[in-house]
Amino acid sequence: MISAFFIFNQKGEVLISRLYRTDLKRSIADVFRIQVVSNSDVRSPIITLGSTSFFHVRVNNLYIVAVTKCNANAALVFEFCYRFTSIAKSYFGKVDEESVKNNFVLIYELIDEIVDFGYPQNSEIDTLKSYITTESVMSTSIAPEESSKITTQATGAISWRRGDVKYKKNEAFVDVVETVNLSMSAKGTILRADVDGHIQMRAYLSGTPECKFGLNDKLVIDKNDRTGASDAVELDDCRFHQCVRLNEFDASRTISFVPPDGEFELMRYRATTNVKLPLRVVATVNEIGTTKVSYDITVKANFGNKLSATNVVVRIPTPLNTTNVDCKVASGKAKYVPAENVVIWKIPRIQGGQECTFTAMAELTSTTTRQVWTRPPIDVDFQVLMFTASGLIVRFLKVFEKSNYHSIKWVRYLTKASGTYQIRY
Amino acid sequence: MSTQAGQDAKFFQRGKIQEFRAELQAAEVKDKKFVKRRTVLKKIVANITMGNDMSPLFPDVVQCLGTPLLEIKKMVYLFLVSYGKSKPDQIHMVIPRFLEDCNDRNPLIRALAIRTMSYIPIPVVTEALTEQLRHCLKDRDPYVRKTAAICVAKVYTADPRKAEKAGFVEMLRDLLLDPNATVVSNAVAALTEIGDRPDGVFFKLNLSIANKLLAAIGESSEWGQIYILDSLLRFVPERHADAELLAERVLIQLSHANSAVVLTAIKILLYLMNYMENRKLIDHICKKMGPPLVTLLSSGPEVQYVALRNILLIIQRRPAVLRNDVKVFFCKYNDPIYVKLAKLEIMYRLAREENAKEVLAELQEYASEVDVDFVRKAVRSIGRLAIKVDPAADLCIKALLDLIETNVTYVVQEAVIVIKDIFRRYPGRYEGIIPTLCEHLDALDEPEAKAAMIWIVGQYADRMDNADELMDDLVYTFLEEPVEVQLALLTASVKLFIYRSKSEKAKELVHRVLKWATEEVDNPDLRDRGFMYWRLLAINPTVAGEIVLAEKPAITTDSDRMDRGALDQLLLHTGTLGSIYHKNPETFIRNAAGRALTDTPALNANSRAVLVPLTRNQLPPTVSIPGPGPNEPRARKAEPPLPAKPAPPLPTNGADDADAGGEDGENDEEGILSPPVAAQGDSAADPYAGLDQLGGLGGSGYSADNPRPKGEEEDLLF
Repeated sequence: MISAFFIFNQKGEVLISRLYRTDLKRSIADVFRIQVVSNSDVRSPIITLGSTSFFHVRVNNLYIVAVTKCNANAALVFEFCYRFTSIAKSYFGKVDEESVKNNFVLIYELIDEIVDFGYPQNSEIDTLKSYITTESVMSTSIAPEESSKITTQATGAISWRRGDVKYKKNEAFVDVVETVNLSMSAKGTILRADVDGHIQMRAYLSGTPECKFGLNDKLVIDKNDRTGASDAVELDDCRFHQCVRLNEFDASRTISFVPPDGEFELMRYRATTNVKLPLRVVATVNEIGTTKVSYDITVKANFGNKLSATNVVVRIPTPLNTTNVDCKVASGKAKYVPAENVVIWKIPRIQGGQECTFTAMAELTSTTTRQVWTRPPIDVDFQVLMFTASGLIVRFLKVFEKSNYHSIKWVRYLTKASGTYQIRY
Repeated sequence: MSTQAGQDAKFFQRGKIQEFRAELQAAEVKDKKFVKRRTVLKKIVANITMGNDMSPLFPDVVQCLGTPLLEIKKMVYLFLVSYGKSKPDQIHMVIPRFLEDCNDRNPLIRALAIRTMSYIPIPVVTEALTEQLRHCLKDRDPYVRKTAAICVAKVYTADPRKAEKAGFVEMLRDLLLDPNATVVSNAVAALTEIGDRPDGVFFKLNLSIANKLLAAIGESSEWGQIYILDSLLRFVPERHADAELLAERVLIQLSHANSAVVLTAIKILLYLMNYMENRKLIDHICKKMGPPLVTLLSSGPEVQYVALRNILLIIQRRPAVLRNDVKVFFCKYNDPIYVKLAKLEIMYRLAREENAKEVLAELQEYASEVDVDFVRKAVRSIGRLAIKVDPAADLCIKALLDLIETNVTYVVQEAVIVIKDIFRRYPGRYEGIIPTLCEHLDALDEPEAKAAMIWIVGQYADRMDNADELMDDLVYTFLEEPVEVQLALLTASVKLFIYRSKSEKAKELVHRVLKWATEEVDNPDLRDRGFMYWRLLAINPTVAGEIVLAEKPAITTDSDRMDRGALDQLLLHTGTLGSIYHKNPETFIRNAAGRALTDTPALNANSRAVLVPLTRNQLPPTVSIPGPGPNEPRARKAEPPLPAKPAPPLPTNGADDADAGGEDGENDEEGILSPPVAAQGDSAADPYAGLDQLGGLGGSGYSADNPRPKGEEEDLLF
C-alpha cells in the first residue's frame, strides 16, 4: 500500500510530506523531483524504479504524489489522489500552491485521518468536517458522547451522513449534466458519438431522508434485457455513489439511497445509442498552393427553437507558418491567436434551428522546407440548457423521512462539450 | 461549502533550532489560548516538511504535550512520528502521555494514541503499545477497533514473531466476524498485508467466511469494499457452484462509482471464472464486464491508463468482453500520450475484418500527428493490421505508400520495417512497390529500417535490375554500420551473388564483404556467419543457393498474444502495478507475493491445461495459523505452493484452437477467423511475438512505448 504521500509545487519544492511506512526515507522526494518535476518529457503517470513506484496526478500547479514499495492497487492509489483533491477543494475552495501552504497543518491532520499505514480510510467529506476543523478544539472539552456519535458515523453503514442535519426549508437540487464526445471524419461520417453523463445532486434535507429516484419510463440500462422499443433511452452502463444500494438496483432497477448532506455525484452513466448531437458542424478547409488556406465553416443548432446554445467557442487550427488570417463572421467574434495557432470564434448564443457561418483566408509565409500540416481537428465547446443528448429525463425524486416534512425538488439539464467535440476536415 | 481560508503560508520559512527553542520557552509563560505555542509548532512542522532536521527540538516539543489543545497534540504527534524512531533514548518521556491517551474517555483520542504509537517502531514504544492494543482490539467503540486492526499490521511489520506471540493474528481473525463493517474491512486489509509477507502467516478464506465478508461489503466504505473484494482471491472454490454463487454476488459491485472497486471486482470475477463450467454464466459475466470497463474511460486520465493496460490483458483472455467496442478506443486529439499509446494497442487487438476499414482510417489519422513515438506506433500498427487481416492488406499497403510519400524520415523508416514483414506474409503480392521503396533509400538512417530495406534488396535482387548498384552503395559504409545492419548486408550480398553468379560485379562485392566480415570485424556472430557463407559458397554454390534462398516460414500474428497460462496468472493481479507493466510482481518488486491458480476439482479443464504453478523463493514458516473461521480444516496448515504436477500432455501451441469450440470456448478470435492450419504456423518466426511484452523483440525505437519498471536488480537505497 501507499508508503508515502507528497505534494510538490511546480518547482519541485515539497509542500506536504508524510511517510506512512518505514520502508522509505524522506529523501525519496528528491528522486521524484529529478525523475518527474524536472523532466520535460514525462510519458506516464506511474514511474517504477526498482521496487519503488511513484504515482502522480497534476492539479493546477501541483503534483499530488503517492509512493509505494509493493505491487500496489494502481486504481486505488489514483482514486485516492483524486479523493484527496476533492476533499481539499471542499475544505479550502481551491487546490493550488497558495491554499496548500495556507492550510498545511490541516492537511497533515486530514491525511493522518484518511490514510492509515497506507490504507485509505473513511474519506467522506461530510463526516470529516464534523471532527477535523480549523477551529481550536480543547481536547478536554470534547464530550465523549459527542465523539462517540462521530466515531459511529465514521465507521457506520451510512458513513457519509450525519444524523442531526436540520434545515428550515427542505430542498433538493438535481443537475443532469451530459458531456458529448464527438469525433467526425473529414467526410462527415460520425466516427464516434457518445455521452458521458452524471447526475449531480445538492440535498438540503433534514434528518435521515430515504430517497427514491426515477428516470425515463422507457429506460434500458442493460443491453442484454433490451425490450425492443426504439424510442427508449439506452444507457450502456451506470455507476453510483457509495450511498446507492447496489443490490436493490440490481434486483429491481430502483435507485434508492440516503443522500449525503450537500453536494455529491449521485450517478454517472454512458450512452452511445440515439445520441442527439446539439450542433452540426460542416467544415471545408482547402490548402491553396503553399501560401493560402481557405476556411468555410457552418455551425447549426440542431434542437428546438425554444432552447439555445450558449458560450459557443469554436477553435479552428491554422498552419504553423500562418502570418495573418482574414475572418468574416455573421454572428459572434473571431480572432486569430498566433501563439496557439488557432482562430477562436466565439458565439455567445445560438438559438435552436439557427445557423452561423465562418469564412476565412489564412496567409502563410513560404518556408523552404514545407512541413506537412498535421490538420488538428476543429474543436467546439458549448452549453445547452434544458437539453440532454441522451434523452434522459428525471421522472421523479421522492423523499421519505420519519418527520414527514414537505420537500421541494428542482431539476436542471445541461448538455455541454469542452475539448470533446471534434471535427476533422 | 465551508471555505475556511487558512493563513499559514507565512510559516513556510526556514528557521533555526535555537530560535524555535527560545520561542517555545518564551511561550511557557503568558500564552493566552496557546497562540504562541501553536505558532512555533506550525513553524516547526513547516520546517519538517521542507526537510530541515528538527529532531534536536525533541525535548522542547514534547513539553507541549501538556497543552489541552487538540491541534497542538496532533502537531506534537506528527513530530514524534517523524523523529521518534531516531530518539530511542528520549522517547520514554512521552510514553506516560501516550498511555494516558490510550485510556482517554474520548474514542477519537484513544485511536489517535495507538495510531501514533504504532508509527514509532522502536521496542520501548511497541512494548507499551502491546498491552494497550490488546484492549483496543476489543474496545467498545468501532472506530478504535478499526484503528487497532491496522495497528496490528504495523506491529507485525516491526516484529513478526513478537506480534504472533502476543496473539494479535488470532485477534485479527476474530475481528473478521465483527458486527461493524469498517472494522471487518480493516481487519481484512491487515491480514492480507500479513499474509502477503514472505515471512507472514498463511491467510486463506473458507466459503462461510467469504460469504460473511461479502455480506459486509454493503456497509463498508468504498476502500473497505476494495480490501474485502481483494481478499476473495484467498478463497479457493472446491465446487463450481461455490464459484458461481460468489461471482453473482460480486457482479453487483460493477456499478460502483469508484474505479478501484470496479477493477477489483473484475479481478475476482476473472479469477472465479477459472473455476466455472457453466458456459451461459461465463458469457453472462463477460457481457456484464464490458460496459463498466468502458465507463472507466470517462475517469481521469490516470485511471484511464490503468484501465486501458488492464483491458489489453483482459481481451486477450476473454475476447468476448469488448468484442464490438473498438470505437470507444479511438484516440481523442487531446488525450495524454500514455493514454493514446495504450489505446492504439487495444485498437489493433480488436481489429478484424468487419472493422478493419474504420481502424485503418483512424491509424492513418494518427500517423500525421506530432508525437514521434505515437506516429511510429501508428504506422507500425498499420503494418500489423495488414498482416493480421488479409482482406485489409491492400488498403494498408496503399496507406503505407501514402505515408512514405510524406518524406517524414521516421514515418518512412517505420513503414519500411513493416513492409518487409508484409512481403513475407503475402509472398508474390506486393513486390511491385519495391521501386518506390528504393527511392527512399537515402532517408533510412536507423539500423532496424536500414536492415529491413537491405533484406528487401537482397531477397528480391532477382527482380531489380539495379540491385548490384544499390548494394554497392550500401556496402560502402559497411565497417561503420551497427552489427544489425552488417549482418543484413552480409546476407544480402550473398543472396545477390547467388542470383547473379555470372556477374563479376556481384562476385567482387560478395568477396569484399566476406573479407570484411571475417577479417576486419570484431563481432563473433558476424565473423562466424561470414565464414559459414564463405565455406558454403566455396564447397557447393548450388546447395548454398538452396539453403540461403530456402522458403521462409510464413508470418502470422498468432503468437502476438501472451501465453494463456501466463495470462491467467497475470490477471490475478488485475488493477495493480503488475497489470500495468504486464509482468508478475515478484519479478520486479522485492518481496512481492506471486500468485497462481490453485488446482482443485472445480478448476476447469482449460485453465488446468495451462496452469503455471507458483515458484516461490521462500515458503511461509511453519509457525503459521490456519485460515480464519470456525470451519477451516486444520489440515490446510502451511500448504505447499502447489504439488509439482506434471502438466497434462497437450499440443502446446494449438491448445487454444483445439478446444475453442469446446466447453470453455473463449470465442477465440484468431481461432475462428483464420483457418486452424495457418494458426498452427511457425510462431517462433513471428517478429511480432512478444511485442507487447517487456523487452520484447520489438526493436530499438519501438520498445520505448512499452511502460516498464526501470532498474533491474537492485533497489533504490534511501
